[in-house]
This record gives sequence, structure tokens and C-alpha cells, in this order.
Amino acid sequence: MKLIFELGAEGRGLSLMPPCDVPEVRLSDERTEALRLPHVSENELTRHYSALCKRIHGVNDGFYPLGSCTMKYNPKIDEDMAALPGFTQLHPLQPEGTVQGALEAYHTLGGALCEIFGMDDVSFQPAAGAHGEFTGVMLIKAYHVDRGDLNRTKIIVPDSAHGTNPATAAMCGFEVVNIPSGADGCVDLDALRAAVGPDTAGLMLTNPNTVGIFDKNILEITKIVHDAGGLCYYDGANLNAIMGVVRPGDMGFDCIHSNLHKTFATPHGGGGPGAGVCGCKAFLRKYMPGPLVVKKDGVYAFDYPEKSIGRVKMFYGNFAVVIRALTYVLSLGKAGIEDAAKCAVLNANYMKARLSDKFDMAYEGICMHEFVMTLVKLHDETGCSALDLAKGMLDFGLHPPTMYFPLIVHEALMVEPCETESKELMDEVCDIYCKLYDMAYENPQALHDAPVSTPVRRLDEVAAARNMVLRYQFS
Amino acid sequence: MTFPEELKYSRSDEWVKFLDDSTALVGITDYAQSEMGDLVFINLPVVGDATEKETAMCDIESVKAVSDVICPLSGEILEVNEDLADAPETLNADPYGAWIAKIGNISETEELLTAAEYRAYRNC
Repeated sequence: MKLIFELGAEGRGLSLMPPCDVPEVRLSDERTEALRLPHVSENELTRHYSALCKRIHGVNDGFYPLGSCTMKYNPKIDEDMAALPGFTQLHPLQPEGTVQGALEAYHTLGGALCEIFGMDDVSFQPAAGAHGEFTGVMLIKAYHVDRGDLNRTKIIVPDSAHGTNPATAAMCGFEVVNIPSGADGCVDLDALRAAVGPDTAGLMLTNPNTVGIFDKNILEITKIVHDAGGLCYYDGANLNAIMGVVRPGDMGFDCIHSNLHKTFATPHGGGGPGAGVCGCKAFLRKYMPGPLVVKKDGVYAFDYPEKSIGRVKMFYGNFAVVIRALTYVLSLGKAGIEDAAKCAVLNANYMKARLSDKFDMAYEGICMHEFVMTLVKLHDETGCSALDLAKGMLDFGLHPPTMYFPLIVHEALMVEPCETESKELMDEVCDIYCKLYDMAYENPQALHDAPVSTPVRRLDEVAAARNMVLRYQFS
Repeated sequence: MTFPEELKYSRSDEWVKFLDDSTALVGITDYAQSEMGDLVFINLPVVGDATEKETAMCDIESVKAVSDVICPLSGEILEVNEDLADAPETLNADPYGAWIAKIGNISETEELLTAAEYRAYRNC
């Protein structure tokens, strides 16, 4: 398939530009050559994107159970609200008095999220999850530095954590201390007790954890860290399992990030934009990135925290994503938020129970919103790996689950169906998974050859990683 | 999977080949390369840096994940295998030929396993 730069011809284009309604200005003379933009006609452009649409798989196409990613369906009303001209035609430098509605949207969603998180304030600046983590851990750093406690140089991260956790801690200048998980996939309390000390800045944790289990010792965990003088950061990756049911703030966490593009149903994947809202308890507010939206005497205004870590992004974050999330929260309401979390957990347990006859589960018992299967036995007996099974699913029009994660589970497939899928669809998917399992024994070569019906067969991941081509090479 | 008799093994899947009492080569085992899958990048250690036993000395990246290589010895990096930077796949093809670092001035060594003990430990 041709890229858009390879289509069209010099001088071709769309001629639907409206007349200029602002004074014309001369741009800087520093640019000496013209921007290399595609020269395509309108029909070439729409056909190009239609062709791309036919070759991808998204939540509008079918099941997308990417574990730990919460690929829930994004309601179309969210798009309608984000497209309202009153929102889309704002300029970020407009005076506060002219954007009261937009500030009210921030303030209203902020209030709802504080209630869901059990936090006292939120910043919408971070552009995505890892960026939100970075902001949260910078708050922890600012807290210790402000108190003159400069010996707290270590952040504790469990071995089941998302790779972004140790990366975040390192980016914030901390040394990462990895602690092993217990046999149940939860934090090993003795290992945690041994790891904390006067050099502990904090702990980064997600609960339910990365294997889909709610850590029953969570209050003890946060107490151990607090008793050692550290703070606790909650990775909101798995918030979808608990929103409206339990609150990270009540578990003892001091700050949090949450991905609006996961839990709060805004579009996700394909490069964004996302939103990794960062929340904190009141004692950390003075370090938050500014500005924060406050309401005084019925008027909304920007407030700049006194000891702010500074901006982490220009302006106020991805505003249109905030509008989508606000629409989602308001349309679900208090009861609907809780119901969504409970249905996400119910769906995961339904699939886990149905698949348990054939597949080995990494952890027994009731799970939260996702579960991890381990295909070691299948791999040993048939030669078909988790990757082969995942590729086989593509021929049935399914997006595979997350593969080979978390790293502590071998031949892992991690399934997160989300609350937005029906029992009928999950039954159909379970039948396909079981069929592929049987195929591994009956005709393993067919699975090694899969996929056969997709626009491209197996991608050469090694070549792609060793020889990265990240942009179009103009000749 | 092969585990040469003349090498010593760590529980974090590195091999050690002692050249004399205070010098050794370190690499990753056949088991480690097989678990990681196709390796695409190695962040080599730096010559002259001190190493501390049971602490990461460099990291390697496969199409699946990034992993630390844990140094089983306290000492100093004398030499690194620069060839691996351009050809990390050698770690897959020849794990015992593709040494990563030569460690000298060894002051401490973690408790290492024999080939038979390592094979039993990894159950392969």
C-alpha cells in the first residue's frame, strides 16, 4: 500500500479553504524550503484513509481484550460533545472570563475523579499514562526535597509492574529497587519490609495488580512504606476494576495517575492523544503542575500552586479528551461507574471460568478485571507458543490478548474483556480460543503458519526492532 | 539446551568463566537467550566501571522485553565485547562464545552453581 506522500501530484489539493478572517501576518523568514506536505485531491485523501481503516482492527471492529490496556468501547455521545463548536473553537490563550464553560468542565470532571480516586486535587496536564506516572513521582520527590530529606533516593517497584514504573522512577532520578512477588502474585510483605528504610522515597504499585488480583494486604503495604517515611504512588492502569467500589486514597495511596483513555472510555491506541490525569492528597497539592482550576465566588479561575514542580505540558492537557471523559462520567453517573467496574470483573471471571477446562491459569481463584493464562504445557506438548495462538486468533477476526506479559508468567496470555462486551460475544470468543487450543494438538503447523487471512502475514519483528524506520524518507 | 561443564552459573542466568583467580568472562546462558527470544539490542557496560555482585551491569533487549544482566562478581570491567553492539543476535546463536564483559580484580563472588546444579535449578 502506498503512503500518502507517494500519492497525488505536484499542485493537486483541496480548494475548500474559507476566506481568511484574521489579519494576515508574515511568518519567520528562517524557513528556507517549503513544507513537504502531501499534494492529494479530496477523493485521493478519503480513499487513502478508507483503505487504512479496512486494514486495522479497533474497538469498532470487534473484540479487543488487550490485558492491562482496558480497550473498552468508546460511546459515540462522547465524540458528539467533544465536537461541539463551543469547545473546538476555543483558543488556549483566551482570557479566563471568556472560557468559564471550559473551566467548569475541568472543575466538574476533577471533582468526580477526586471522589473516584479518594484524592483531593487533580491535574489534567499529563498527556498519557507514563507522563502521569512521571508527574506523580515528581510530587513525591518534591515532597522529600522540600522537607530537606535528601537521603531518600530509592523507589520500590514490584517485579510484576508495568515497565513504565521503573522507567519513571529512573527518569525522576531515583534508584529502582525491585521486589519479588509472592506465589499468589501479590507483594511479598517480608520482602517489602526488608526493602524499606531511611533511603525509601516511595513505592509504585497498581492494585488490582498486574496479574489481575486484588492485593488483600494493601493497607499493610502502604503502612509499611509510610512507617519508613516513604510515600505511596498508585498506578491507575487497573482502576477499571475498582472505580466506584474502593478508592486508592482509602487504600493509603498519596498520589495517583489514571488514564482517561482507558478507564474513562476515551479513544485509545494509535498514538493518542491520551490523558494521564494525576491526582494527589491535599498535602501534595502545593507541588502540583500549574495551573489548576479553582472556583471562587461562583467564578472559575486558574491557580498556580506555590511550590509547583512546574509545567509538564503546555497549556492544560488534552482538552477534547477531558470533554469525552466528562461526558462518560456524567452519562454513567455514580451507580453506572460502579456497575461498569463490577461488570468488567464479572466478564473476566466468566471467561476465566469457561476457559479453565482447557487452559492453565497462572493464578487460581477469582480474578478482578483480567486474568493470565500460562501456555507452558501447551508449548511443551505441541510446540505451539502463546505467540502462535495469538496469531491464530487474527484469522478469526479477533485482536489477541496481551502476550508475554507480565514477565513473571511464562508463555503468558493476559485477557481483559472489559464491561462493554456481551455474553454472546464472549461465548463465541471462548469457543474460538478452545478451537485453537485443539488445533495446536491436531495440526500445529497450521498455527505456526497463521495468520493467513490478514493483509500482512507474520511481521519480522526482529528486523523491525534492529532496523527502525520511523518516518517517511523523502528522496 | 547445553550448559558446558567448565562454566559456573548464577541463579539469574549468567555464566562465568574464570580465566584465573581474579579475572573472568561473563555472559548469558542458553536458557536465558531462549527465554528472551530474538535479541535486538545490548546496552554494553563501560570499561573501568566497578561491578557489584548481584547488581545489574548492563541490559539487553529482545522483541519481548528489556532485561538486566546481573553481574555475579564484584570487581571491575576490564573489557567489553564490542562486537555485540552491532550483532546482539550472536547472544542467541552462540551464548557461550558471546561473552559480554571481562571482569578483573574480583573481590567477591556470589554463590555459583555447577552445570548440573544449574540444569536442575532450571529444570531443563
